[in-house]
Amino acid sequence: MATQTVIGSKNKKDQVYTDPWKMMNEAERTPSFFTGSEVIKEALRRASCDVMIAYPITPQSEAAALIGELFAEGYIGDYFRGESEFAVMSQCAGAAFGGARVFTTTAGPGTMRAMENFPMWAGARLPIQMIVTCRGINSPLSIQPDTLEISYLMQTGMLVWHAETAQDFYDWILKGYMVSEEPDVHLPLALCCDGFFVTHTKDMVDLTPADMCLPPYDPYRSPVPCMDMECPPVRMMRDPFVMKSNYISYATHASWQQEVWAAVERSRKHTIAWLDGLIEIEKPDAEVLIVTSGTAVSQGREAITLLEEEGIDVGLVKVKTLRPWPGEEIREATKHAKHIIVPEFNVAGWMAREIRATIPNSERVYAGPHVCGGMTMPPEIIAADIKSAMGIKTSALAGRGS
Amino acid sequence: MSLERIKIAPELHDIMPEEYQDLVQRATYGNNSRGWKDIGTSKELIEEHSLCAGCPESMAFRYILASLPNPEDTVMVGSTGCTSLVFPHVGVHNIHSLFGNQNAIASGLKRALTVRFPDRAKDVVVLAGDGATVDIGLDMTLQAWFRQEKFTTICFDNELYANTGGQESGLMQKGFVAKMAPVGKTFEKVRLPEIARESGCHYVVNCTVSKPNLVEKVIKNAIHVAREIGPTYLQLYTPCILEIGKNSMEGLQEMRDSEKPTERFAYKEYISETAKELLTEIAAKEKERKAAAKKQLAEQTA
Repeated sequence: MATQTVIGSKNKKDQVYTDPWKMMNEAERTPSFFTGSEVIKEALRRASCDVMIAYPITPQSEAAALIGELFAEGYIGDYFRGESEFAVMSQCAGAAFGGARVFTTTAGPGTMRAMENFPMWAGARLPIQMIVTCRGINSPLSIQPDTLEISYLMQTGMLVWHAETAQDFYDWILKGYMVSEEPDVHLPLALCCDGFFVTHTKDMVDLTPADMCLPPYDPYRSPVPCMDMECPPVRMMRDPFVMKSNYISYATHASWQQEVWAAVERSRKHTIAWLDGLIEIEKPDAEVLIVTSGTAVSQGREAITLLEEEGIDVGLVKVKTLRPWPGEEIREATKHAKHIIVPEFNVAGWMAREIRATIPNSERVYAGPHVCGGMTMPPEIIAADIKSAMGIKTSALAGRGS
Repeated sequence: MSLERIKIAPELHDIMPEEYQDLVQRATYGNNSRGWKDIGTSKELIEEHSLCAGCPESMAFRYILASLPNPEDTVMVGSTGCTSLVFPHVGVHNIHSLFGNQNAIASGLKRALTVRFPDRAKDVVVLAGDGATVDIGLDMTLQAWFRQEKFTTICFDNELYANTGGQESGLMQKGFVAKMAPVGKTFEKVRLPEIARESGCHYVVNCTVSKPNLVEKVIKNAIHVAREIGPTYLQLYTPCILEIGKNSMEGLQEMRDSEKPTERFAYKEYISETAKELLTEIAAKEKERKAAAKKQLAEQTA
């Protein structure tokens, strides 16, 4: 209700509340040369965010601090530094329970420390947006890019998207609120990227006008009551389910979890519209396909160029959303592929496992290369793995122990 | 919340549950002088509970809910434990999310409500057990005070983990033999009231819930000070009769025994200078209001 009435009016920073579809798809864009962290700030400038809560951890600290500058300029309703990621994610929950549009950022060990909050966010249907600038989580200490933490987030009931570039980041932050705040979705979004590769490098990004912003969040479109005492309080239940060992209490908990995952499924239609599909495909008829997400996609593109020079035709599937998982799209895109190569920036190869579990004839999936701990992924090693999968003899690359 | 919001459309009156009709017609929303004396003559914001028979926590809940100065604009935050079994019955919005994060939830909540309702007093009240407040959640308890977050923290101190079956907690007395303290607790009861004062709380009280008028007074003071000035802390002894070997009728006596001058729940309070000024001002206004009401009544009857 409120959303419709404010379109065209101005906020206190003289930004015009704009129809989100027009703002994202029709408004003139200005090419700008920014780091990923600066891009996060620019997206937030236009996001009509009520509360942002920050905590320092590399590589998201710069973005979190830049949003503090936005607060000082008057673009964010409230902003403060919490005491740990666990506390910050609970503070975000409190703000979202109170009906605010909430934003936060974290990375690596911070994601892991805060983990108990994420199924709670999803279960409480709080549409918080969290940027995850992935980094190593294991001992010994590492601050370098590594996407292992995403595999933990994928089971929380949150929406999980994996941006490849700063442009993705800019658009998806704003579009992410539109998807996650839909009444039939109303779930938190973990918008992930590979730390440093995206946050600390500069890139050309097309920005929407700075004098346009999203309409404010309307907490009364939520499928669960907003905890602001603006609607009558009712006794929720006569016997708290936690104490009961009976069928009704189990069934209630079970159906609530099922409803969270059903809401993830219902986000598909909105996400497909806003992101123009859950995957992107290049050369779908190639016998060999690289299927992956994040900056591994960029490295895949470089490998494809290298192999083109040798006359080897390789296609590409960029997976944009991990939850909802684009299973049908991947099955369709890979149905003619003989070899499916899944390069990843983590030791576990979770993306390859997800794809294997999705498609028929999963022996076609080649899990690798997977680099971790901050190691780079030169296109040459992707190309070498592709040739190896195709049975083409290659000379050993230095340092691989072969 | 405008009181208009809870009213029932006449056409729907007969299909609304009796309990809701009671809440609209007989509860004390909007009554400036609401307090513990309304118990028994009005619809309470808690009527049933799932606690043990005779549990002092259930008394504390009733007194506190009867004493909230502004229930129509109050949101409560709980934590895991026996209190989380009661909150689903409570007639104000309340949040349970995780164990120990109650002061973090309240920090975000209070800030969101302040951003969304800049011209309205929306009170936030945390109510959690001693395990949540002092052990697993101590970091967030203290940090909210350091940051001067404007809400009240109430700790139901039963000196152990009651809901999980009577394990040692930080607020347990030294020497008490409990689960996970098989040879007796080896260190002193954590002195949270003093820590609260040093951490920036403007109003701190340590007492039992044996006297409802006292509970009403400290609840109202704590909430008014938190609304206008900064964090406040109440540590209320609500003994777990089950785990200390008392029967249902012995909770009140246990509290009376523990609040004697030399005992650990002898009444203690700390009020900052700014809070003293505020409370004096509120008391003067209240006196004025009562005098005016009395005068009006006298004029009406004359």
